[in-house]
Amino acid sequence: MSEFEQLYREVILDHYKTPRNHGLLDPSDAVAEGQNPLCGDEVTVSVRFGEGDVIEGVGFEGRGCAISQAATSMLTDLVKGRTAQEVALMPKEELLDEIGIPLSPVRLKCALLGLGVLKVALHRSKGTPLPEEWGTSSGYISVE
Amino acid sequence: MVVSTSSSLDTAALRADFPFLEELVGGRPLAYLDSASSTQKPRQVLDRMRAFYEHEYANVHRGVYRLAERATEGYEGARRTVATFLNAPSEREVIFTRSATESINLVAYAWGLQNLGPGDTVVITELEHHANFVPWQFIASRTGASFRHIPIDDAGELQLDALDDLAREGSIKVVAVGLVSNSLGTINPVERLTAWAHEQGAIIVVDAAQAAPHRTIDVQALGCDFLALSSHKLCGPSGIGALWGRRELLEAMAPFNLGGEMIRSVGLDRTTFNELPYKFEAGTPAIAEAVGFGAAIDYISEIGLPAIERHEHELTVYAMARLEELAWVRMFGPPAERRAGIVSFDVEGVHPHDVAQILDWEGIAVRAGHHCTQPLMARLGVAATTRASFYLYSIAEEVDRLVDGLHKVKKSLG
Repeated sequence: MSEFEQLYREVILDHYKTPRNHGLLDPSDAVAEGQNPLCGDEVTVSVRFGEGDVIEGVGFEGRGCAISQAATSMLTDLVKGRTAQEVALMPKEELLDEIGIPLSPVRLKCALLGLGVLKVALHRSKGTPLPEEWGTSSGYISVE
Repeated sequence: MVVSTSSSLDTAALRADFPFLEELVGGRPLAYLDSASSTQKPRQVLDRMRAFYEHEYANVHRGVYRLAERATEGYEGARRTVATFLNAPSEREVIFTRSATESINLVAYAWGLQNLGPGDTVVITELEHHANFVPWQFIASRTGASFRHIPIDDAGELQLDALDDLAREGSIKVVAVGLVSNSLGTINPVERLTAWAHEQGAIIVVDAAQAAPHRTIDVQALGCDFLALSSHKLCGPSGIGALWGRRELLEAMAPFNLGGEMIRSVGLDRTTFNELPYKFEAGTPAIAEAVGFGAAIDYISEIGLPAIERHEHELTVYAMARLEELAWVRMFGPPAERRAGIVSFDVEGVHPHDVAQILDWEGIAVRAGHHCTQPLMARLGVAATTRASFYLYSIAEEVDRLVDGLHKVKKSLG
């Protein structure tokens, strides 16, 4: 298998070209957006809950590399039907296993962007724990 | 005189690591007794930096190509090394800076401007290096906070009975203290000051530039809030230092430098900041220097900080005993048990610059001056001192050469 085929394996290209759960939900119970400062990937995720904080619907929009967008698409399939708490505590390895390709540290950030954003959305609406790398550290400058 | 130190270190083997000792001055290696100012570099550090530049160098964090990954791994590996060295709870709390000085400026500006105001008090010590003095004096004056100091006694040790008066005077917000005095070698009771600072509701900022090369540092055991250190004082390259800070404080602080790398997203009307530690690392960092810093920590850790500390203590005891023999030499600072490997002294009737000049002709490098501690010099009633300081490659024979050199100084100018 060539290096290209290893990284951009068929399922990745499929999710990239035909993303699942694409588009934001309206109405939704929680929304969050995030960027990967390293390469500028962007993802917005919206969530709707059913009974018992079960994720009934999830939708995303984004712009970025194949890995970031395909990983978010795969993530949305993975989390539907689980509770907010379960997803908040979901180890990143579960998503990485699903993606199933060798990732360098830089590309790892691309792959995990969607999961981080989703956990922020869950945190906002359900107070679930944030992943460590998405703490409150950022802060911002805003000008009129 | 018979050399009476039973060193804990195999200094002969260690000295072979240092290329500067191969260069002879008047047929002998330089007696380099200025390690408190900056240390010499072992081959292991130089080789590591060279290998990094030759085989692993690219800009960090951004590149997708494999060479950039290796560079990033080198840089981030150095961060992990610093975190382990300080027993930091998380490597995210370790920020690479240009120097210990820049680390303290970062806290003074980013924390100080945000948290200090009229009615607040900043407390420093009379022993402080200007690096942990002037930034606080400046920020106190900018914010309207008062600026007070913990005085020292005649032996150069902090007068802790002054703490109660300070506490009564005003609302103390920050205590800035060096772990080891660069001028006198005094080891300050930082655990005690930490407890006191926290009782006042203040944060404590520890300047460990002079301590980290010589004794084990454990930020969790110290209980401090920020700690600054530099690489060049522990066998690493200059141009790089580090700041450790408590995560919750770092997260609440505004950035110090702004630009690339420290952002998450930038727009014309709004910019959001990157996560720790990158929020405080704007611009391309000193990459190979960070790798060299890590290699230096590995080097001294392998020798062992406790062994280095014992070795320096033995040398200090020896040097103080030998200088004691000279009636016309006056030493400053506490007894050897409470000082690091630094001996500051005055030769009667001879200005320290002249002392250092004559010693240089004898192939002995010492520091003469105020050592960036002018308030301390004023307290001691001298304009300057001569300072001999030791490191792992220092040997008793160099102390003997210093004493012989001082006899020449006395004979020619005293």
